[in-house]
Formats: sequence, C-alpha cells, structure tokens
Amino acid sequence: MTNKIFNLIINGVGGQGVITLLILIDQVAMNEGYDVRSSELHGLSQRGGSVETHIRFGKKVNSPLIANGKADLILSLEILEGLRETEKSGKQTKFLVNDYFLPFLGSLTAEEIKKQLGLIKNETYIIPASKDCKEKLQNEIVCTLYSLGYAVAKNLIPMKKESVLKAIDQMVPEKYKELNINAFNLGYGS
Amino acid sequence: MKKILLGNEAIVRAALASGVSYVTGYPGCPSAEIGDEFGKIAKENGVYAEYATNEKTALESAIGASFSGLKVLVNMKSFGINVCSDVLLPLAYTGTKGGMVIVVADDPSCWSSAQSEQNSRMYAYLGHIPMLEPADPQECYDFTKIGFEISEKFNMPVILRTVTRCAHQRAVVEVDEPHSVETPRGDFVKNPHQYSTMPPRTLEMKKELLEKIKKIQAYAEKSKINKIVGLPKSYNLKVGIIASGVAGLHVMEALEELKLDLPVLQLGSFYPLPKEKIIKFIKPLKKVLVVEELEGYVEKEIAVLAKDANAKMEIFGKNVLPIIGELSAEKVCGALSKVVGMKFAEFKTKNLNLPKRTARLCEGCPYWYILPTIKRIAPEGTIFGGDIGCNMIGALPPHSMYDYLFCMGASIGVAHGILKAEGPERSRKVISFMGDGTFFHSGIAGMVNAVYNKSNPLMIVMDNRITAMTGHQPNPGMGKNLMGEEAPELSIEEIAKACGVKNIKVLDPINQKELEDVVKEFLEKEEISLIVCKKICALLLKKQTAEKHDQ
Ligand SMILES: Cc1ncc(C[n+]2csc(CCOP(=O)(O)OP(=O)(O)O)c2C)c(N)n1
Ligand code: SF4
Repeated sequence: MTNKIFNLIINGVGGQGVITLLILIDQVAMNEGYDVRSSELHGLSQRGGSVETHIRFGKKVNSPLIANGKADLILSLEILEGLRETEKSGKQTKFLVNDYFLPFLGSLTAEEIKKQLGLIKNETYIIPASKDCKEKLQNEIVCTLYSLGYAVAKNLIPMKKESVLKAIDQMVPEKYKELNINAFNLGYGS
Repeated sequence: MKKILLGNEAIVRAALASGVSYVTGYPGCPSAEIGDEFGKIAKENGVYAEYATNEKTALESAIGASFSGLKVLVNMKSFGINVCSDVLLPLAYTGTKGGMVIVVADDPSCWSSAQSEQNSRMYAYLGHIPMLEPADPQECYDFTKIGFEISEKFNMPVILRTVTRCAHQRAVVEVDEPHSVETPRGDFVKNPHQYSTMPPRTLEMKKELLEKIKKIQAYAEKSKINKIVGLPKSYNLKVGIIASGVAGLHVMEALEELKLDLPVLQLGSFYPLPKEKIIKFIKPLKKVLVVEELEGYVEKEIAVLAKDANAKMEIFGKNVLPIIGELSAEKVCGALSKVVGMKFAEFKTKNLNLPKRTARLCEGCPYWYILPTIKRIAPEGTIFGGDIGCNMIGALPPHSMYDYLFCMGASIGVAHGILKAEGPERSRKVISFMGDGTFFHSGIAGMVNAVYNKSNPLMIVMDNRITAMTGHQPNPGMGKNLMGEEAPELSIEEIAKACGVKNIKVLDPINQKELEDVVKEFLEKEEISLIVCKKICALLLKKQTAEKHDQ
C-alpha cells in the first residue's frame, strides 16, 4: 500500500442522507484496512441547505478536510450541488452526480445546470439513482447506496463489493438491510 | 478495540470508561450528540442523564452532584458558557469533589452558529480553569479521561474545548472494552468552609486556586497531551511550529504537502500552558510559527516567554494567519511558505456565481403559517424581533423578517427597550418571535421585565412541541425528559399568566383568520400580550408517524 490518500467529497442537500452514506463508507474504508478520517456538518446546514462532507482514506490520514482541487471523486446527490463542486475541482477530480433536482427560489433551471455540467472537462457520470430507486424499490432515500454501487462497479472508488456488503451487514438495522443491498446492487449492475 | 467514532461519541465512551454517573447540559451544535447519546444509553449504564432548562441550571445541577461525590460530565455549545459563566467562576474557587469535565464546543466559521464566532478559550483565563483542546476523536477519548484524572487529582473542574471539525470528525479510535460499573449514590458531606464563597474566605480561596493552577501546570509539563513531533535533525532549519488543538492536524498535512521537516510542539492543554516545555522548544529556534484558530492567545503567551528565553527569535502567528474562520492545511501552507521563504501557489477556485442554497423551513413547518401572515398584516413600520432556533430561518429570504437577532431569549428583552426608548406617544408596534425551548431557556426573564417595567410588545411563542433546531431534544413543555420518562408538562400560558401577562391567547396557527384577528387586537393593547401558536414541528410529526409505523 502506498501512502496515496483517496479524497472523496459527498455533497447534497440537508435531509438527503449524505451523513448516513458517509458513516457507511467510513466503515467500508476501515474494512479495507485503511486509516480513515471524515468531517461532516450538522445543525443549521441540515435544514435544507447545501451539505458538503469530506472522507479521506489511505495508509495514514492527518486531516479530515480535503484541500481545494484535491478531491479524487465528488459524489453529488443533487445536480446543482454537483455543479457547485466544479468551482474547486482539480484536473483529476471525477464527478458522479445523481440526476435529481431540488429547486429553490432563485435557483437555475435543471436544463441550465445540466448544460453547464456538460461543459466541464472532468470525467463525469450523471446517473438516474433517485429515479431508479423510486421506480424499482419504491424508496428514493437509498439513491445513496445506488450511487455507491455504481462507483464501486466503475472503479471510481478503490473499494471492493464484499467490503461494502460487509459494512451494510455491520451498520444497517436488520429491517433495512435488504433494501440497502438491493439499492447497492441496482447501482452496481446499472 | 478499534472503532470509528465521531468526536462527540468518543467523549461519551471515555466518560463511561472513566466511571461517569451524572450527565447534564443543554443542547446545541456541535455538542448535542453527547447529551442525546446519553439520553439513549444512560439507563442501561446506570447513569443519570438530563437536559437542564439552560446551561446555568445545568452547571448548578452538576455542582450539586459533584459536591455529593459523583463524577459528572457537562455538555454545551460555545454560547452556553456565557450563560453559565456566573456559576463557573465561583466553582473554580470552591473546586469540585467528584470529578467534573465540562465540554464546550466552539464553531469557528459559524457553520451552525448565528450570533458570533466565539472563542471560548478566554474563559480559561477569566476563571483560572484548566482547559484541554483535543484535535480529533482519539484525543477526544484520551483527553476526556485525562480531564477526569486532573479533575479528581486537583479537585478542579476541567473544560474540554472542542470545535466543529473535531466534534464532528469521524476517525478510528482505540477504545477500552466497555466495563460495567456499580452505580454510586451521592452523599453530600457538609463542608461550608470549601463550598461557600463569602469574604474574607473568597480571597483566601483565590490564593488556593492559583496554587492549584501552578501544580496543574507542573502536571501539564509532564503530560503526553503536550507533545513534540519531529526528529532532532529537523531542528537544523531553526524554524519550529507551535500548534494548538485541531490546528495541529492542518500543520501535519501542510508539512507533508510542502515536504518540509520541521519540529512541531502540539499543545493539548491551553491552560495552564506547559511553559517549561515551550521554553525548551523555542530556545534553539530563529523563527517560530504559532498556529491556532481564531484569536492568537497562545501567540501572546509565547511572546512573553520568548522575552526571557529567546528574545531574538522571530514570532509569526496572526500576521500570516487569519483571525476569522477556521484554519485549513492550505492556509497553514500559505503561512509556512512565508516563514521559511518558499513558493506556494494557492489553488485558484472558479466562481460560477451560482445561487446559494441557504437553510429553509421544512415543508409543512408551523412557521410557514405564522411568519408570512404576521408580516403581511402588521402595520407599516412594525419592528420584528427574531430569536434563536428554527425560527431564525425567518431572517433569510423569502421571509427576510427580522429587524434584530441576538441570542436565546433576547427577542423580548430588546423589544421592551425599543418601546421604552421611543415612548408610548410614538405608538410603535414591536413583535417578538421565539420558540418554546427558548421561552423556557431564558425567554421568561425578558417577559417578566416587560411586565414589571410596563411596555407593550406583542410576544409570539411558537410552540412546536420540541427544541427542534438542535436535533429534536425534549424541553419542559413536552411532558417528557431526556431519559424518556414522563415529566410535568409546564404550560407557557399559565406561566405567563402567573407573571402578570393579561392578554394571552393560545391558538393553532392553521386557523389563519383567528391568528390575524388576535394579532390585530393585541397590537392595540397598552400592556404586553402573548400569543402561543401551538402546532407540532412537521419533521417531528413525520418521525413520530414513522416510529408508530415501525412498531
Ligand atoms: C446559550 C445557547 N445555548 C444553546 C444554543 C443552541 N440552540 C440553537 S437553536 C436552539 C433551540 C431553540 O429551540 P426552540 O426555541 O424550541 O426553537 P425551535 O428550534 O424549536 O424552532 C438551541 C438550543 C444557543 N444558540 N445558545
Ligand atoms: S425542524 Fe420542525 S420547526 Fe424546524 S423547520 Fe423543520 S418543521 Fe419547522
């Protein structure tokens, strides 16, 4: 193992399940034998504002914060929040964006956002996580697991499927396990 | 045993491992997970846990428990220490009996704080109270245990000062296996000589306090909480770094980024500082960079020590680092590059001018039925006073409602002052808004003042049946306490009535016509009036419905 650290930013809108996903990925990283640190925000920002969280894993991690331009992957659960991250992405930064739009007073239109996202030169994947989860699993909130499944399948994140399944088993309450595994597999196979 | 823990969870674990048996505090961000977690696990661990009505009553409760011999953990956010400071200062004089650790969580960059970017470190100087500053969850764990150790050894309360990036950081923590402890019962042994502050004893107590601090300094000199990182050969550059708390993480990151090998003294104790250790560290240096968030208190101390120890040394700190906002590795890189004279190009961000997504009221939130309606019907020139809680979102668009916003309970207190200053001839209308939690925390005092000193604000208490903003904690109006037990349900309107408020109406704001009529009627009154808008928080209702569904 080199001392390369993987820098992951997960962002979205308060209430979308950003922190639940972060907690799971932290555990996956530990299952993979990495040192891991993450940083999250609670309180005011959780009331429907932008939420940005950082996860870093590798041989030894000093700080829980990712410097501007240093993210390897940005996983956005909402398109405008995804676009927002392009302001501070580096050349190597890849984008995985859930095709889901939460408009607010004075926000851009979905078309405008997608047009601007289309202009960036970074490797970008826009995936129908919310839509697929709603249609096939009758539950939008697990778009988080779907996105993680997609990221693992496409090697956007250095994690093995087994480690994720193990973490789901360790972390998720019994009655939601199946739903989470299904969402992960749905994203993995899409 | 290794586990991934949030800083706040690590504090809970360590308090349990230290044998804590009494937990009190008041919720706020970023400290609330401590009290919330104890609410869930207290019973099975034989611990008593409560949320007090505010931070002052919390600390008083803690003192009673400590004097009765119990180990106590107190939790609050930054602003809480302002509220309890009146109790805190004499507590340093009397000292504690059972160990006491007080967690105070600051929020540099104001991620979830409105009223100020507070640096609570100053209270350590003000009260001569030992203060530890963990940088990450592992240190949260270790320092909580050390805090209890210091407290028990020297009979002093110890403040554990965290910040958002520490309290809400997750990392791998080495924790002890949980072990069950016998729940001790308190026994208050009378000792007025020690527990009553009363001159001439007070000054004698101050002397004892200063002697204790000297002893704690000697302890800090030897303690592993203050450590030097870096090899002796790294001294060759004659440049050293002194970092305190979470800043230490950014320093290590910055050194790696710039491929620099410099010695670092990481301070875990802010007060008292390990002065001998610092003197030894700075003696061979030509330059030192002090890295700390917000105001440069440590830097000032270093400047004093350097006068005797190494007067020629150049001291860098707030001349190369910001006083406003939390630090980052990039900011430290920028500062370091200036100190050692090397190039560092900061990453250039783009600006797409995207509209900001600020906090907003949830769908179905009771405030949607209150704020726009009252704004619409209030006469031209009406002054709107805001308070702390979800209702402060009323300060943001689309409401943009409030003409002033301070701290918990201030909406009514300031309203009174405006009305008295302008005088009755002006017949200005002032309407103050606060939540039920805030009413019980400190709103009652301002209401009593308006009654007693005769002003006529319209006070709106928005009773959403919970303390919502900080994560849905119970309050005295709910009939439940932190441990989930039934508790007396205090009535806001009965309290107001007993305090002499004559015009009182309780209503459900969904009845818009009624709300409008009562507002218009009460705005004509010559004394203070109160409308209690009772409607459950929409998010709480959703949670309760989901829980019922699960059962
Ligand atoms: C002295 C102090 N303690 C704690 C806080 C943290 N705090 C922010 S909002 C809030 C809750 C207010 O509850 P409530 O008045 O019921 O309003 P709601 O959020 O339910 O609308 C608290 C405790 C604070 N700002 N100041
Ligand atoms: S949490 Fe409750 S009180 Fe706060 S905005 Fe949402 S519905 Fe309103």
